[in-house]
Formats: sequence, C-alpha cells, structure tokens
Amino acid sequence: MDENTKREIIMENYTHPTNRKRVDNPNYFKINTNNASCIDNLDIYIKFNHNIIEDIAFEGEACAISISATSIMINNLIGKTKDEALTYIHEFYHMTEGEEYNEELLKEGNAYSNIYKQGNRKTCATLPFRGLEKAILEQNK
Amino acid sequence: MNRDDFPLLKQDIIYLDNSATSLKPQTVIDKMNDYYTNYSANAHRGDYDLSFKVDKEYEETRELVKNFINAQHLEEIIFTSGATESLNMIINGFFANYLEANDEVLITTSEHASNILPWFNLVSELGIKVKYIPLDSNYYVTLDNVKKSITPHTKVISIAGITNVIGDIRPIKEITKLAHENNIFVVIDGAQMVPHVPIDVTDNDIDFLAFSGHKMLGPTGIGVLYGKIELLEHLKPQKLGGGMNESFDSPEEVYLKPLPTRLEAGTPNIAGVIGLGEAIKYLNNLGFAKISSQEHALRKYLLDKLLPLKHIDIINIESDSAIIAFNVNNIFSQDVAYYLNKYNICVRAGNHCAKILKSSVGVTNTVRISLYFYNTFEEIDNLVELLSDYDKIVKEMI
Repeated sequence: MDENTKREIIMENYTHPTNRKRVDNPNYFKINTNNASCIDNLDIYIKFNHNIIEDIAFEGEACAISISATSIMINNLIGKTKDEALTYIHEFYHMTEGEEYNEELLKEGNAYSNIYKQGNRKTCATLPFRGLEKAILEQNK
Repeated sequence: MNRDDFPLLKQDIIYLDNSATSLKPQTVIDKMNDYYTNYSANAHRGDYDLSFKVDKEYEETRELVKNFINAQHLEEIIFTSGATESLNMIINGFFANYLEANDEVLITTSEHASNILPWFNLVSELGIKVKYIPLDSNYYVTLDNVKKSITPHTKVISIAGITNVIGDIRPIKEITKLAHENNIFVVIDGAQMVPHVPIDVTDNDIDFLAFSGHKMLGPTGIGVLYGKIELLEHLKPQKLGGGMNESFDSPEEVYLKPLPTRLEAGTPNIAGVIGLGEAIKYLNNLGFAKISSQEHALRKYLLDKLLPLKHIDIINIESDSAIIAFNVNNIFSQDVAYYLNKYNICVRAGNHCAKILKSSVGVTNTVRISLYFYNTFEEIDNLVELLSDYDKIVKEMI
C-alpha cells in the first residue's frame, strides 16, 4: 500500500467514520477505552449475537489516528466471530509493533503499517482494538 | 532573553509548554551536580563537615524561599515534593481536622485537579460541600462573585493565584480581606503564579500557599508549603518517621520536633531543595519586572498574530499571564500538537488537568501555548507560520 493510499484511507475514515453515534440500546455492550498518556477517550458499543459481532458503534473524543482506526475496525469486524476478531486484533498489534503480520487479513488496517516508527502514536492506532479485545474477553468469561 | 543560560535551548527545539514545566538554567544543574559530586551527605544528622555543609545549604534555601514570598518566619516554609503534596498536606493535615459536615469550601471550575480532588475526598469522608465561585464571561474570578458565593457555612476559599488554562490572575489581596472578615481561610495554589509574578504572603495575608520548584526553573520533586505559623502548628503530620520526632518510647510517649522539621519526615530531597535555592537566586537576579514585561510582550505579539486567523478559536483572549489556549477548527487538539511536534515545537494538548473547566468554557480540550521569558519573537513567528496554513495542518497532522 503506497503512502498516498494510506493517507486517503485514514483521512476518509477520520472525516466520515462509520457508526460514530451514541447508542442507548441495552442489547449493546458498552466499553470505554482511553489512553493514559494523552486525551483519546472513546466509548465503544458492541452488539454480540452469541459468537458473532453483529454491530459496533462508537462515540467520544480522540485524534485523527484513533478515530480513523476505530472506523476501520468497525468496517472490518462487523459480522465476524469473536475469534476472527481476536485474530484480526492480534495481527494489528503485530503490525504496530513492527513485527511480521498477516498483511492480507488486515486490509485497510495496513494504513497504519508505519506507525511503529512513531512511538507516541502507536497507542492512538491500537486504542479501539484494545477496547474491543477487552469487551470480547469479558463476554467470554 | 538569557537563552544562553539554558542548555536545552541549544537543541533545535521551540519549547512552549512552560506551564507544564520550565527549563532549567545551567546554574541550577551545576548546583545539584555539585551536591551529588562533592558533599552528598545527609541533612540534619551528621556531626561532620560534609553534613554541616548540607545543613547550611538546605537551610539557606529555606531562608531564600522565606524572603522570596516575604514570609515572616522560617518555620512557615515546609519543603514538600511539589504543589500537589503541599495542597494534600494542607487539606488532609489541617482542614480534615477542622471542617465539619455541611461546611462549605469555595473553589472554581478552572482549578487544577490537585486543588479539587483532595476537597472532593473530604466531601465523601466528612460530608463537607464543595461550591464553585462563578466565573465571568472572560472566565475570571471577580470579587463580586466571591462575595455572592459566601454563605454562613463557608469556611475555606481555595483557588489558584493564576490558573493553568486561562492564565487569569486572581485578586488575592481583596479576596483574603473579604474572607478574613467572614472568618474564612484562604488557600492559594501558587504553582502557576510563583514562577511569573512576585507574591507577598504577608501583604496578601494568605493563610496557606502551595507551589512547585520545577515550574520556576528548579528541579522536579521539590515544592513548598507555606502556612501561617499559628495554623501550621495545627497541621497534623501526614508522614511520621525519622527526622521529625524528638523522642519516643511507647505509643503514649511520642514527642515531635517543632516546625518546620516536624512536617519534613524522612531524608528530604536535598538536591532538590538546594537546586530550588539556586533557581530562586536566578529569578531574583533577573527580577520579575523583566520577566513580566517580556512575557507580556511575547503574549501580545502572539495574540495579535493569531487573532486574524479565522480557523483559530482562542479560548482566553483576555489573560494576565503568558498562556494562550486555542483550538483549530475541526481539528482535535492532540493532532495539532502532533503536527507542531513534527517541527520540533513543544505544546500541550488536552484538558491540562482542569477537567471541570469544560462546564464553563464549553470545550473539553485545547492546545495550550505557555511562554516564559526565554522564548523569543522568532519562535512565535515560526509557530504562527505553521498555524496559518490550515491545509498544511490537515495534511500533516497524521
């Protein structure tokens, strides 16, 4: 993925994020995810149907990297099983650590393939994924 | 001005986050190095020359602090780890024993977390009430609003001398006069004030003052608690241990040392205290007249350049100190900070620990530029050039 495409993906998902809205539906599981070192702070709403993630939405305040990553996460993980989502999340973490990862699986997620070089933005990209991961693990308890 | 005194400024960096912490002059660094290199003994305890020198330097700093804020007694100067610890000691060591259920403490929504959370704690522990002095349209505290906020239950007014987002200077002398006429104690959080303007605790009749060393050219991990001696006598030590006791044989027979030692348990931050002393000498030599006039000139220059920029919304157009808080239209403050960081410009993004200020200002987060005397007009030119180009910010913020 070339740098221009990455940029376009990030900006498009930042300016027009998927499902940025408040959800007041008791069928949704709500989880807060925030970065201790900065001011990113998002609430993520997830509708689980047994093993399937039926819907994800979010609201809150965060930087362009966090918002766009949340939107990309939503685009890629709605309709997936919890295990599929966890696999995607872990591959995303590998990418943000600069390790080998499954490029094909991450699709638009590859827009952040260079973020491991920017220590202070790594946590912005992983913010929504840490939230969703926590929600899935809590659901699985 | 005086840029050569600050080794960090030799790097290609524009440092505009002085409300978070200030840079350190070489003299302060050298003074602390000298302690660690040449006489790093303990204080108050040794019977040998090195330790005597430690005591001398340590107590000289107390004298420097006393004169710096014009306190009346050396015993009124307590060294702490910073303004946060000072405020916690004042609130938990003095007011927790003095206040009763339904007593009221007046603060404002623009206070720093360290002057809010310890009071909130007493709300749950003692049933006191925390009330807010309303801010005017410029987010200032007016004497009139203080007057209106006082009730027969008001026991304390606890406010910053200068706030860390708006940068307004509070009318302390008038407030303490009004407070004392109503038997109300006044606590001043001086963290943002003491580095920038002279403060006279006697003339202002301040009951308690808290401030930090690192925002005033000194090291981190050192701060000061000032309290009127007759009040400090009733401040219960929060830390018990070595150095602060006279003698002890059993739980019934514990005798504590007099002030100020009683409130400085354990081996103190000796290098920090000595470094703070050197920072005060530096500020004294430079003089607040020069510091203030440079800061005001810099702020006005920056404000005049930012005001015409349509995409910039300044929160505190009115301010008495060298802080400008703003947002760039439709861009999250953190992204602006990341953008400027690409050009080695250090600014702060966020709520600046003033999390309930949003209820007054209407925005949660801002970009904050906080200047000090060593900043320059050229640095502001560089900053403004980068902020002028909206498309460039959008393009480069990720």
